[in-house]
Amino acid sequence: MLFFSYFKDLVGREVTVELKNDLAIRGTLHSVDQYLNIKLENSRVVDQDKYPHMTGEQDAGNDLGLRLSVRNCFIRGSVVRYVQLPPEGVDTELLHDATRREARGG
Amino acid sequence: MQIFISLQYFYFIEKLLVLLQDGRKLLGILRSFDQFANAVLEGACERVIVGDLYCDIPLGLYVIRGENVVLIGEQDLEREELPPHLTGVSGVEIKRAQKAETDATDLKGTMRKRMEFLDLD
Repeated sequence: MLFFSYFKDLVGREVTVELKNDLAIRGTLHSVDQYLNIKLENSRVVDQDKYPHMTGEQDAGNDLGLRLSVRNCFIRGSVVRYVQLPPEGVDTELLHDATRREARGG
Repeated sequence: MQIFISLQYFYFIEKLLVLLQDGRKLLGILRSFDQFANAVLEGACERVIVGDLYCDIPLGLYVIRGENVVLIGEQDLEREELPPHLTGVSGVEIKRAQKAETDATDLKGTMRKRMEFLDLD
């Protein structure tokens, strides 16, 4: 439950989700559930040339290049490899304390 | 333990893109969903993309087992669905292109295996 609570606190942040199939999607964390399924808003694919099924027209203003024609997406928790967070979004001390409490509490 | 099922706030009118673990892309209207990410897609079609060619193969009503699902994406209506450089072709042509692609990858694989035994590194 620790990471579920942790991600709930991160709702609204920009995150990059890297999947087990090497697809990386950047977006705003909209919601998360107990299985750590993730819903992202304003999603865009990092390095989109390899994934034409998810890209639409070119968006010159965006420094990542192409924007997704798929804007909001649901990502199954079991396919996530990494969730990359902004360093200022992480209070490592708080996380450390929470982990200790969780380990003690069982 | 708190029971909390992620609610799918998808609008049921538009087509959604479902990415599967084997790399397939299915498009369809989401009719049902559960906590395992099992899904029912109505009017499903598989969008096959090979290089600059694409084809939508109609499939009908599909029930997808959740363990195969990677991602479910909601279409942004304001944006174009497909990149402009893709051209639509028939099912037969796309199958041919797919076969050509797998043959090329297999050939690359065997060539690499042959070079590996030389141990050039």
